[in-house]
Amino acid sequence: MNSFWIILTGSLVAATCGFLGCFLILRRMAMLGDAISHAILPGIAIAFLLTGGRDSIAMLVGAAVIGLLTVFLIQLFHQSGVKSDAAIGVTFTALFAIGVVLISLYGSHIDLDLDCVLYGEIAYVPWDTLVINGAEWGPRAVWGLGIIFIISLLVVGLFFKQFKICTFDPAMAAAIGIPVALFHYLLMGLVSMATVASFESVGAILVVAMMVVPSATAYLLTDRLPVMLGLSMLIGVLCSILGYSLATWLDSSIAGSMTVVAGLLFLISFLFSPRYGLVSKWQVRRQIKLELE
Amino acid sequence: MNWLQVLQDPNTQWVLAGCILLGISSGVLGSFAFLRGRSLMGDALAHAALPGVCLVFLLTGSKSIGFFLVGAAISGLLATYCITMITKHSRIKEDTALALNLSVFFGIGIVLLTYIQHSDSGNQSGLDKFLFGQAASLVGSDVNTMIAVSSVLLIITALLFKEFKLLSFDQGFGKGLGFPMGFLDGLLMVMLLMSVVIGLQAVGVVLMAAMLITPAVTARYWTNKLSTMVILSGLFGALSGAFGTLLSTQIQNLPTGPIIVLGSTTLFLFSLLFSPKRGILFRFLRFMQVRKKVLHQDILRSLYDVMEDSKKENSIPASFFSVERLAIKSGKQAQTVEKALRTLLKKGWVTQDKEDPQKWGFNQKGLHVAHSLVLNQRLWDLFQMHEQNFHGYTIDQSEEEIIPQLNGVQLEMMLKELEHHNMTPTLVAIQSYKIANHTPDQGGVTA
Repeated sequence: MNSFWIILTGSLVAATCGFLGCFLILRRMAMLGDAISHAILPGIAIAFLLTGGRDSIAMLVGAAVIGLLTVFLIQLFHQSGVKSDAAIGVTFTALFAIGVVLISLYGSHIDLDLDCVLYGEIAYVPWDTLVINGAEWGPRAVWGLGIIFIISLLVVGLFFKQFKICTFDPAMAAAIGIPVALFHYLLMGLVSMATVASFESVGAILVVAMMVVPSATAYLLTDRLPVMLGLSMLIGVLCSILGYSLATWLDSSIAGSMTVVAGLLFLISFLFSPRYGLVSKWQVRRQIKLELE
Repeated sequence: MNWLQVLQDPNTQWVLAGCILLGISSGVLGSFAFLRGRSLMGDALAHAALPGVCLVFLLTGSKSIGFFLVGAAISGLLATYCITMITKHSRIKEDTALALNLSVFFGIGIVLLTYIQHSDSGNQSGLDKFLFGQAASLVGSDVNTMIAVSSVLLIITALLFKEFKLLSFDQGFGKGLGFPMGFLDGLLMVMLLMSVVIGLQAVGVVLMAAMLITPAVTARYWTNKLSTMVILSGLFGALSGAFGTLLSTQIQNLPTGPIIVLGSTTLFLFSLLFSPKRGILFRFLRFMQVRKKVLHQDILRSLYDVMEDSKKENSIPASFFSVERLAIKSGKQAQTVEKALRTLLKKGWVTQDKEDPQKWGFNQKGLHVAHSLVLNQRLWDLFQMHEQNFHGYTIDQSEEEIIPQLNGVQLEMMLKELEHHNMTPTLVAIQSYKIANHTPDQGGVTA
C-alpha cells in the first residue's frame, strides 16, 4: 500500500509539473521555472516560521506570493537594463540564499531541514495522513497535489484558447484583446503553487526536472499542443513508476531516480523520435542520398 | 570573538585568501560570461559538477579537492557537450536544454549522493558540504589548489584580454582578423568551468552561479569600459567572498555560500539604486527634471499661443489670461498649470495681473524665452511635415533645438516657408528679436 501511495504522489507531481511545464518550454521560459522553484524557498521558510507547522494553505499562499514576486522582480531588473538571463540569475540565487540562511539559523526549531528542501522525502509521504474526525483519509500530500492538479487542469481547460494564443503568438493575442500579462501571471501563479505542493515530495530543485524533462520529451514526439500536454503527463506517470523501482533497487533518493528515468526517456526520444529523432533524421538523410545516387 | 583575533588565526587567513581569490577569478570570468549572454551556463555547470564529485568519491574514496576537480570538470564538460548537442540536433531551445541538463545531472548527483549515504562507505559527511559550501571545512591543501588554479585563470585572462574582448563584442570581426574564435570560446568555457569547480567546496553547487553573475551585473552599473568592469567585478567578488567567509566562520550552522551570495546581492541592490549613471534613483531624478522642464515649456508656449489667438481677434492682444484658458489650451489640469506658473513667476518670466491675480501674462524676458521656444517648435513642425523640401539639410532630430543646426541661408529659407504656411510667431519681430514699442508698465505687447 505504501508503494502505491508513493507512486501516486510521484505521478501527481510529475503530471502537474509536466502539464504546466509544456507552456514554459514553449514560451522559452524554462529557466524562469527554475528560478521560481528556487525562489519560493524563503516563502516556505517564512510560512514555517510563522505558523510553526506544515499548514498547507499558509505555505501555498506564501509561496505563490513569492513566486509572483520573483517574476515581477526579474521583469523589473530586465526593464532597468539587466539582460534577462542575468536578471533571472541574480534574483533566484538571492532569494534562495535568504531561504537557506533562514532554514540554517532556525531550522533546529522547526521540522525542516536542508536535505528535505533539496531532494524531498517522498518515502515519508504515506505516514503523514490527513485525519478528519478521527478517520484517516490517505496521505495529505496526495490531497494537496490532487487539488492543485485539478485546479491547474480547470484553469488551463477553461482558458485553453487564450493560453494557446498567448503561448504561440503573444503579439497577436494582445492585438485581439487578450490580457497577455494577466495570463502570464496566472500561469506563473499556477507554476508557483505546483512547485510548493511538490517541494515536500521531490524537493525544490528536482521540481524543475519534472517541469522541463517530460514536456521536452513530449515536444520531440508531437506537433499538437493537446497531444503534447497529454503525453507529458503520461511520461510523468511513467517516470514515477520506473523511478520508484530504480530507487528501491539502488536504495537511493526516489526523486533523484525519477529524474534519472526522465532523463533516460528524454534520451530515447531524442534518439528515436519518429520525426525529430537523431536516428530517424539520419535515416531520412541516407534515404535521400541513396535516391540521388 | 574579537575580529582581530580571528584574522590572526593562520587557518582563517588561508581560508580567507582562498575565498578572496575565488571571488576575484569568478568575478572576472563571470563578466565575460555575462557579456556573452551565458550567465546561466555557470548555473548549469555548477549543478552538473555534483555527479562528477560523487562518482570520484565512489571510485577513489578520497576527499581531496584535486580528484574532485577532475571529476567535476569531466561531468561539467559532458553537460556542456549535451547542451550543445541538444540545441544543435533537435528543435529544443537553449533555455530548455540548459534546464533539462541542469536538473537531470543534478538528479543523477542526488541519486549517487543518497546511494553513498545509505551504503556504509566510510566517512561521507563532507560530501553534503558541496551542496551549500562550508569554507571552514577547507584544509591547507584545498586552499593551495584553489590559489594555484585561480592564479592560472587570472594570468590567462590577463594575457588573452584583447582576444576575449573581441569574443565578447564582435565575434565575426575577430574571425575576420584571423583569431581562432571557436577555440577561444571553448577555452573561456573551460576556464569558467574551472572557476566553478574550485568554488564548489566554499560556495556549493546550488549557489555557485551567483558568484559568476551578480558581481558582473553589479560592475556593469558603474562603467561602460570592459577593463574597468572586469576589475570592478573581481573586486566585488573578492569583497563578498571575504564577507561571507568571515561571517560564516563566526556563526554556527551558517553555510558560507548563501552568505557570500547575500553579500554580493547587497552590493547589487546598492548599485541598482544609487549608481550615478544607470541607478534607479538618479534616473528617476533626471526623469523628473526633464518632466518639469517640458511642463514649463508647454505652459510658456500655451501662454504665447493664447496671446497670439487674442491678437488675431482684436489686433491688440490682451495681456493677461486666466489659468482655466491656459489649462484648456495646454490640455493639463488647472492645478498643474497654476503650480508651474508660480515657479515661472519666481524665475521672473511671467507676471500676475495687478487687478486680477488669477490672470497671468508675460514680462519682457518671458516673452523672449517663449518666443524662441515657439519658433523652435514651429520650425521642427515645419521640418517634419515637409522634410522633402529640406533635402540636404543635416539635421539631427534627436537634438532639442533646430536653429543652431542651420546656417544663415537655411534659416532664411525656413523662415520664408514658415511665413508661407502662416505659422510665423507674431508677437516678437523675428529679424530683430526685439519688441519695437514695448511699454513695460502696462505689460502690454504690440508687434
